[in-house]
Amino acid sequence: MEELFAPGHRGCAGCGAAIAARLILKGAGKDIIAVSPTGCLEVISSPYPQSSWGVPWIHSLFENAAAVASGVEAALRALGREDEAKVLAIAGDGGTIDIGFGVLSGMLERGHDVTYICYDNEAYMNTGIQRSGSTPYGASTTTSPAGKISFGEDRPKKNAPAIAAAHGIPYVATASIAYPKDVIKKVKKAVEIEGPKYLQIHAPCCTGWGFDSSRTIEIGRLAVETALFPIYEMQNGKITSVKKIKRKPVEEYLKVQRRFRHLFEKEGGEEEIKKIQEIADGNAEQFGLDL
Amino acid sequence: MKIMEGSHAVAEAVKACRPHVISAYPITPQTHIVEEISRMVADGELACEYIRVESEHSAMSVCVGASATGARTYTATTSQGMALMHEVLFNAAGLRLPIVMTAVNRALSAPINIWDDQQDAISQRDTGWIQLHAEDSQEASDMIIQAYRIAEDHDVLLPVMIGMDGFILTHVYEPVELCPQEKVDEFLPLYEPTQYLTPKNPLTFGPIVDPSMYMEFRYMIHEAMGRAKKKIMNVASEFRDKFGRYYGGLIDTYEAEDAEVLILAMGSVIGTIKDAIDELRADGKKVGLVKVRCYRPFPAEAILEAAKDAKAIAVLDKNISLGHEGALYTDVKSVLYNKGPLALGFILGLGGRDITKSTIENIVAKAQKAIESGRVEEESEFVDLDQEVL
Amino acid sequence: MKLSIGAVTEPGSTRINKTGSWRTFKPIIDVEACVGCGMCSMFCPEGVVYEVEDKYTIDYDYCKGCGVCAHECPSGAIEMVIEEK
Repeated sequence: MEELFAPGHRGCAGCGAAIAARLILKGAGKDIIAVSPTGCLEVISSPYPQSSWGVPWIHSLFENAAAVASGVEAALRALGREDEAKVLAIAGDGGTIDIGFGVLSGMLERGHDVTYICYDNEAYMNTGIQRSGSTPYGASTTTSPAGKISFGEDRPKKNAPAIAAAHGIPYVATASIAYPKDVIKKVKKAVEIEGPKYLQIHAPCCTGWGFDSSRTIEIGRLAVETALFPIYEMQNGKITSVKKIKRKPVEEYLKVQRRFRHLFEKEGGEEEIKKIQEIADGNAEQFGLDL
Repeated sequence: MKIMEGSHAVAEAVKACRPHVISAYPITPQTHIVEEISRMVADGELACEYIRVESEHSAMSVCVGASATGARTYTATTSQGMALMHEVLFNAAGLRLPIVMTAVNRALSAPINIWDDQQDAISQRDTGWIQLHAEDSQEASDMIIQAYRIAEDHDVLLPVMIGMDGFILTHVYEPVELCPQEKVDEFLPLYEPTQYLTPKNPLTFGPIVDPSMYMEFRYMIHEAMGRAKKKIMNVASEFRDKFGRYYGGLIDTYEAEDAEVLILAMGSVIGTIKDAIDELRADGKKVGLVKVRCYRPFPAEAILEAAKDAKAIAVLDKNISLGHEGALYTDVKSVLYNKGPLALGFILGLGGRDITKSTIENIVAKAQKAIESGRVEEESEFVDLDQEVL
Repeated sequence: MKLSIGAVTEPGSTRINKTGSWRTFKPIIDVEACVGCGMCSMFCPEGVVYEVEDKYTIDYDYCKGCGVCAHECPSGAIEMVIEEK
C-alpha cells in the first residue's frame, strides 16, 4: 500500500500523532483534500520546502480548520469537482476542542460533507505541554502543574464527541491508535457517509505524557482497557457499537506516565486516583464497556 | 441608469463576476449587501455556494479554503467583523489567494458606534491586502469587477479589499449604471489559478517557514504589491475603454493643476470636497483635490507628482493612530519629506461625525494661513471637536 | 532553489530528511521468529517497516529507533540494540 504520509517528518521518536496520521490516510485513501490547523502534526509534517503529505493538504491557522475545510468542500461543489476528492480535517485537541470549537460547531451545523478528525493527545504539545479542554482530570501539564496545593488538572476532559453528536450529525466515533484496524475501518466508513462526521482518535504523546517512546501503543491500549478512553460509534445520535473490555484498574494506566506521577507520590493522591476511577466507572456504565 | 441602494449596486457587481463561493456573516452596516446576495441566491439569480458562517473569522477562512481549491470567492464585512478577521487577512495574503472583499467602513468599539469612519480598514493596512477606496456607489460597484482582474493577475495574486463608507454609501440611493453581464464576461475571464488543492497534483499549502526563508516570502508579497500598482492603473484604463467610466488609477485629481492648497482624502468625503472646491474656486481660491483610490500599495510617486507644485497639502483622516496622528497623514508626509509643500493633518469624521462643506473651508483656511506664515503650527489636529464636553 | 508563490510545497518531499541519524537504539528483526503479522509496519510512526515476501524489513535511513515495533511485536522477533555509529 502506498505510503501517503512520508518519512523524514520531524515527529519525536514514537510519535502518536504521526501514527494517527498514517492510519487516517490508510483509511481515507489518496483521493482526499486534507486540512490541518496549527499544531504538532502541522509543524512536524511541513517544514518548507518539504512536506510529508502525499495528499493535497492545507494549513491556514489554529482555530479555523473546520471553516477552511468547509470552503474546500463548497468550492469542490461549486466547481463541479465534488467527485474528485473527499474533504478531511485532521486536527489536534487544542485546535479542535478549545480554540476551534465554535468553528467546528459551525461546520457540523451547516452540514458540510467533511470528515473532521481530532487526534487527541490531551494537551498543547507543540507549544510545550500546556493543558487543553481535552486534558484529563489529574494530569500535570506546564499550565496545570501539580504543586504543593495542586494535583494537576482540576477539571474533567471535555466530552467533545457528545457535543458533536448533539448537532444531529450522521456519524460520530472514537478510536485509538492502539487499535489500528479499527481506526482505518472507521475513517473508511466515515468518508463514505454523506454529511459532517466527527472522529476523535486517542494518540498518546511520549514527550508530553512522559513515557518511553517504545510504549506509545501500550499506553493507548491501557487508556482503553481502563475505560478512561471509551471506544464507540454513534450513528444518527444512537450508539451503534462499543469496544467491550476486560477492565483494568486506572492505576495501571496512571502509574506508567510522568504526568500522573504526583498522584502516587503526594499525600492525598489516593483520593485523586479514586476520583479518576470514578470517571472510568462512569464511562464503563454509560457505554456498557465491561465484558 | 437605475436609482438603487449602494449595497445593491455592489451585490449586482458581485453577481456579474460569477463568484463560485461567497461566505459572510451579517454586521451593520454591511447587512444590505449580504441580504441582497442571499435574495439573489434564493431566487436562483446567482448560482454559487453561499456559506452562512458563524463568524467573520470563519467567513474569511471559508474563502481561504475555497480560493485555495480554485474558486473565485467574495465576502463583505465591516468594523468589529473586520477586526475579528484580522488574523485570517494576513493568512490569505501570505497564501497568495485572490479573494475580493467589500470592506464597509465603520468605527470600532469602545464606545460601540455603528457609523462611518475608516479606522477598520486602516487597521488592516499591513495585512498584505490591496486596499482600494470608493468615492460613491458607482465606484464601489465597478471596483468589484476591477478588483478580480487585479487580484487574479498572475503577476499579483493578492487579495483585494474595497473600502466603502458605511451608511453614507451602503444605505444611500444613487443613480447607478450596472455593467451588462456579457461585457463583464468579456472583461473578466474565468479565474485560472496557478496552483490549487487537487489530488491530481497533491501540493502542500501553508507549510512552516523558518528564519532562513521567511523574510524572502514577505519580500515576495511586497514585490507583488509593487507590481500591482501598474496593474491597478491598467485595469482602470481598460475598464474605461470597456464601460466608459474612469475614476483615476492609483489616485485621481480635481482642480489640482494650479492649486496652491491641495486636499488629500479618500472615500465618500470626496464628493463633499469637490463641492467645496467649486465654491472656493468661485471665490478665486486656488484649491484642488487628490483622491487616494488605492491606499495599499501606497501611491507615493503619484502623490508626489500631483503635489509637487502646491504650497500646502491638507490631509483628511477618518482614522487615527492613537497617540500619534492620522495614518494617511503619516504616509503623505513620508512621501513629501524634503520635497514638497507644507503638510497639515486633520482627524475628522470619526464614528460618523458629519464632514460638511464648511469643515472643508475651515481646513483650507488653515492651510492658507500656513502658506502665509511659511510654517505649520499644529501638525495634526482634531476637527470640529466639542471642547465643551471635554 | 527558487521560492514558490505562497510557499507551496511538493508532496512527500520530507524524504530528503534522513531521520535515521536520530537513532540511539536500532531494531533488528529476527526473520526466523517473525510470523508476518505486520503490526510493526502498522504501528511504525515513520511508516518505514515494509513487507517483503511475507516478512518485514526496516528502512534504517528513516527509523528513529523509537522501539514501538519491538515493544508491540507479538512474537518477540524484534530486538533493540545500541546503535553503532
